[in-house]
Amino acid sequence: MINIRNIHKSYTNGQNNLHVLKGINLDIEEGEMISIMGPSGSGKSTLLNIFGILDNYDQGEYLLDGKKIQHLNERKAALLRNRMLGFVFQSFNLVSFKNAMENVALPLYYQKVPRRKRNKIALEYLDRLGLKDWAHHLPSELSGGQKQRVAIARALITNPKVILADEPTGALDSVTSQEMMDLLTEINKTGITMIIVTHELDIARRTQKTIRIIDGMIQEIVVNEGGSQKSEGRSEVRSNVIASEAKQTKYEVGRDFESKEYEKVA
Amino acid sequence: MFDLDRWQEIYHVLKSNKLRTFLTAFGVFWGIFMLVIMLGSGNGLENSVSRNFADMATNSVFIWTQQTTVPYKGFPRGRRFNYDNDDAKALRNSIPEIKYLAPRIRGGDFFSTNNVMRGLKAGSFSIMGEYPEYFLIDPLYISDGRLINDLDIRDKRKVVVIGTRVKELLFKPDEEALGEYIQIQGVYFKVVGIFQSKRTGEQAERENQNIYMPFTTLQKTYNYGNVVGFFGITSKDGIPVSVVEAKAIEILKQRHGVAPADERAIGHFNLEQEFRKFQGLFTGIRVLVWIVGIGTLIAGIIGVSNIMLVVVKERTKEIGIQRALGAVPMKIISQIMAEAVVLTTFAGYFGLVIGVGLLELVNFAMESSGTETEMFYQPGVDFRVAMIALTILVFSGAFAGFIPARRAVAVKPIDALRYEQ
Repeated sequence: MINIRNIHKSYTNGQNNLHVLKGINLDIEEGEMISIMGPSGSGKSTLLNIFGILDNYDQGEYLLDGKKIQHLNERKAALLRNRMLGFVFQSFNLVSFKNAMENVALPLYYQKVPRRKRNKIALEYLDRLGLKDWAHHLPSELSGGQKQRVAIARALITNPKVILADEPTGALDSVTSQEMMDLLTEINKTGITMIIVTHELDIARRTQKTIRIIDGMIQEIVVNEGGSQKSEGRSEVRSNVIASEAKQTKYEVGRDFESKEYEKVA
Repeated sequence: MFDLDRWQEIYHVLKSNKLRTFLTAFGVFWGIFMLVIMLGSGNGLENSVSRNFADMATNSVFIWTQQTTVPYKGFPRGRRFNYDNDDAKALRNSIPEIKYLAPRIRGGDFFSTNNVMRGLKAGSFSIMGEYPEYFLIDPLYISDGRLINDLDIRDKRKVVVIGTRVKELLFKPDEEALGEYIQIQGVYFKVVGIFQSKRTGEQAERENQNIYMPFTTLQKTYNYGNVVGFFGITSKDGIPVSVVEAKAIEILKQRHGVAPADERAIGHFNLEQEFRKFQGLFTGIRVLVWIVGIGTLIAGIIGVSNIMLVVVKERTKEIGIQRALGAVPMKIISQIMAEAVVLTTFAGYFGLVIGVGLLELVNFAMESSGTETEMFYQPGVDFRVAMIALTILVFSGAFAGFIPARRAVAVKPIDALRYEQ
């Protein structure tokens, strides 16, 4: 579903040139549920933004569902985002003056679906997420968990191939976070590819694979056994697939703080 | 197509900071309001002046005699002379550019004594001998009866057309004047028409005290022989009357032994020149009004543009979300431009309505109180100008929104999403 080869990205800030992504290679199959972890500034969000065609890259190749994503103008990028991708943000990013139903229907509005029809579809999605009674409430009248459900419904409504979630549980308490992950896992089971950026270990563990990024490079890819299932079994096998399985990994498994933390929890 | 979401967003944006919206709108409101008021007042001034021209043919010239100031052909200076009927023929024959030629004569001495009588009533009025052509040069409202016609001229009929003031003074209020006889300097004339001046104020009062009779009748009745007092002449359409004026003066000088260099022997008044002066004045006023009005309007529009820039800045993140969800740049641009257009159009429309309303109110107050001034008459703007103003508003609203809209989509979606206030 997503294939990237040797992606480079740097930001220029005045005189400083910040090399954020230093040659990333990654293949994500259709229907996979992936988490991306890494310390702040490691480039994990930048990578997600490139996946989401919200940002461009300097070098390399990016194939989304077999289509090459390069030098798109804003219009084409917007259309692709609308058709192919669903976004879930840490801060929910609901439009404040639209009620839950209208927020969910928004992507269909940009597809020029008639209002009555798109609102009907939005209601169906809200119903599926158990928010039917809240359809006519404004975001300010919803709890964090409810807001994130609305955001997820909004991401789902266009039937996207991929859902990109940037810290989807970052603003939620732990119980709600787990519920959210249950929901995302369930959605993933319908065949939608799911990419989650997180710094929470127990969130990452519930995905099938965890990609750890440090300093703009993939450090390791961890296969979480029992991920993408309702993991009552908290055991997971740490498989450090260096070079052999994940050819892209160039460096020895790091001993960064997160790895240690990871071991601790394990 | 009606797009509820678009209107919902416009409403939200304009409502979210009411005071700011109001102040911005006020700038535009004031611009268009001032434009309307100034244009309307300019029109009021112009209407009053052109009413004083009273439908008078503006391409007309009047020529009379004065004393000569240069000795010529054995004549001394200071000589008086008269035009005659042959001058009229000569002018008509040798100047093809003449449209109407009306020889006129003023009868009798009327300033001191009562020269007109009817029964026990008497008054002092101007007695004019006219050709029908004269009423094409300086038209009158005929409130009753008819004007002088060609048969009157040919048969030298003793008929008169009197002004409303003349009727007031010589007749009882409910008395029928048509067909009655009045005595003018000892001779009886039948009243065949009553007219009202098209002018205003003092000029109208004076004109309404005139009595018009056939030119030939006056010449004959009061022993003027073939003397012509003065000429009223208009030029054919498209020809400046000054051409006719110069030719006529030259011919009259020749025919009456006036030195070609004598500037003062022949008196003349060119209405076209006067009219041009006024026209120039009003063009100047109108240009000034538009410059000031448009300037005020532009200040308002720039205000809108500025505020839209602020709004776009404030909504950066929201716009980022919309773009992440698939709003194409055109959608964002048209949304922001629509907001600016709605704001300017609403504000401008109110300015227009209130401006026009105020002018109408002034007009109504002046008319109902019967205030007559020579400086102000029927202020107002015509429908076409109002439409032009509205069109300007819509376009300038779009213009005001365009720069902020461009700014909104110039930001990369990811930067917009990351934007924190």
